[in-house]
Amino acid sequence: MSDFTEIWVYLSSSPLLHLTLTLIAYQIGDWAYKRSGGLAVLNPVLLAVAMLVAVLLITDTDYGTFFEGAKFVHFLLGPATVALAIPLYNQLEQVKRSLPALLSSLALGSATGALSAIGIAWALGAGPTVVASIAPKSVTVAIAMGVSAEIGGLPSLTAMLVLLTGITGAMFGPALLHLLCVRDSRAKGLALGAASHGIGTARAVQIDETAGAFSGIAMGLNGLLTAAMLPLIWRWLF
Amino acid sequence: MLWALTALLAFQLAGEALVAWLQLPAPGPVVGMALLFIALIIRGGAPKALAETSRGLLSHLSLMFVPAGVGVTLHLTVLADSGAVIGVALFVSTLAAIAVTGLAMTWAMRLSKRKGSQE
Repeated sequence: MSDFTEIWVYLSSSPLLHLTLTLIAYQIGDWAYKRSGGLAVLNPVLLAVAMLVAVLLITDTDYGTFFEGAKFVHFLLGPATVALAIPLYNQLEQVKRSLPALLSSLALGSATGALSAIGIAWALGAGPTVVASIAPKSVTVAIAMGVSAEIGGLPSLTAMLVLLTGITGAMFGPALLHLLCVRDSRAKGLALGAASHGIGTARAVQIDETAGAFSGIAMGLNGLLTAAMLPLIWRWLF
Repeated sequence: MLWALTALLAFQLAGEALVAWLQLPAPGPVVGMALLFIALIIRGGAPKALAETSRGLLSHLSLMFVPAGVGVTLHLTVLADSGAVIGVALFVSTLAAIAVTGLAMTWAMRLSKRKGSQE
């Protein structure tokens, strides 16, 4: 038994362990999701995060140690974001054709996401710091943290809320859009990207290339729109 | 594959540099995406290796959010305090944003199509 503990202590001090665990947890999540025929509650990101949080709590490992290994996966987010330019380019004609519709729907959706989050949190009695941390939740994490700091929120709390928003959108968005009879890939992608940024876009990429491209545009434009408008609206509201 | 990955990183690096230089409010990778997009327009398409590597990378985009997601462990106390309020606000507003964007886009496209066929 002491051998096992020694081996564990040795392994957990190297990044290899948590990198491998991250990949295994995601693949178990992905397997369960596909096996269930795409059941929304079995979202692979959510399953993987839940499994890894459980492992960290059980083995009493802090997030910093875990991230030493997981950062290699986290790093790929940068080049993957750059790579979104390719589906975007492939869909350029479609995007040009629907540009007025795209811009107006995105502005409406962006305002709905931010204002309803502020309104609901405020009505339910959340403090100003929590409300400010929730307001920019629909945009990509780097922009959201900047906006949060600007309007008096907690950037690290915002980072977590952004992720939860993304997972919520990826889990329930496709079913909701189906329920509302939204069948067009362009509309589906735009909605997922506008409300739940990169995680929504990762889900939209799975629908088809058109949805992925429109989701990428929605994520980018909503990020710029929110960074420019939300601090102004915030000052006007409070 | 190696060449394509290098190209993606180079565009990200250029994006990060531009953000730092011009003090842009956008994250570096998003600016990198815009730069690559412009390069593709100038070049008239993506080289095959770049298209394949990008497709491979994007098919695992969800995986890349897992490490940051595990960061919830840093905020377990805030969640315990006002988790219910946060949960309701996030859930309702996210679904509202998806519904409004999806429906608005569907109607707006239908409208512009009808206008186009009348002309």
